[in-house]
Amino acid sequence: MTENKPNRHELLEWINVVSFAVDDVKLFLDTHPCNQEALEYFDEFKKQRVHALKEYAKYFGPLTLDTACTPAEYWCWINEPWPWQEGGC
Amino acid sequence: MWNYEKRLQHPVKITQTNPKIAQVIISQFGGPDGELSASMRYLAQRYSMPYKEVTGILTDIGTEELAHMEMICAIVHQLTRDLSPEQLVESGFDKYYVDHTLALWPTSASGAPWTATYFQSKGDPITDLHEDMAAEQKARSTYDNILRLIKDPEICEPIRFLREREVVHYQRFGESLRIVQDHLDSKNFYAFNPEFPLDLKCK
Repeated sequence: MTENKPNRHELLEWINVVSFAVDDVKLFLDTHPCNQEALEYFDEFKKQRVHALKEYAKYFGPLTLDTACTPAEYWCWINEPWPWQEGGC
Repeated sequence: MWNYEKRLQHPVKITQTNPKIAQVIISQFGGPDGELSASMRYLAQRYSMPYKEVTGILTDIGTEELAHMEMICAIVHQLTRDLSPEQLVESGFDKYYVDHTLALWPTSASGAPWTATYFQSKGDPITDLHEDMAAEQKARSTYDNILRLIKDPEICEPIRFLREREVVHYQRFGESLRIVQDHLDSKNFYAFNPEFPLDLKCK
């Protein structure tokens, strides 16, 4: 199990990369809703993002409520530092 | 409805405090062309917008601006944490500190509190989109002004990211304006206001 544990910093960087791709193409699609290339790009990075967020939650705590680990004995949402704090994302 | 994501859109990791520059950067939180003004402007304008592409862009850019506001606040917070009374006085941050300690409060660099008069929600898509495009350029100029004052690469990097987003948003609003004009009378874009239903009935 521990051998497969991803590097926290690298995984977070990857989440930022794929999320930014989604954020940016989302705006492009708002004004170009029929662009097939952009639709495929969105689909690809959206999948990568969902997967990466699940991976992150599994090992390092949830970044979104939808990936919060439940049931649990402790409310993990407040456990990890907030983004502006030291050690935050 | 909004969901919070517990990460910044782009990382902010500042190791050296600098209260002097924090006083300048805080303008992009609560100043006239800051991220709070931007977000409130787009999220207010979208309700009466009749074209789905433009309602989408106002919602999604308005949402992204909230994430930019969070980045600016993270920058200001990291630049002002653990300050000593001597540092507060030396940097001139004492005038902010006396009212807000080290908390974040939306103000311009010159000390004017944030106000809804920083933006307009006019209820006319041509008018509002011109305001939105101007707002993105004003924010871009503000980031250019900030970048001339900063040497620390840890601060420059996220500020450059935010500056680039202003350029992208300007582009998307330009496309939105074109979409609006495509729906209007090409001989007279001002013949009627599509956000005022009575105008449409009389058309």
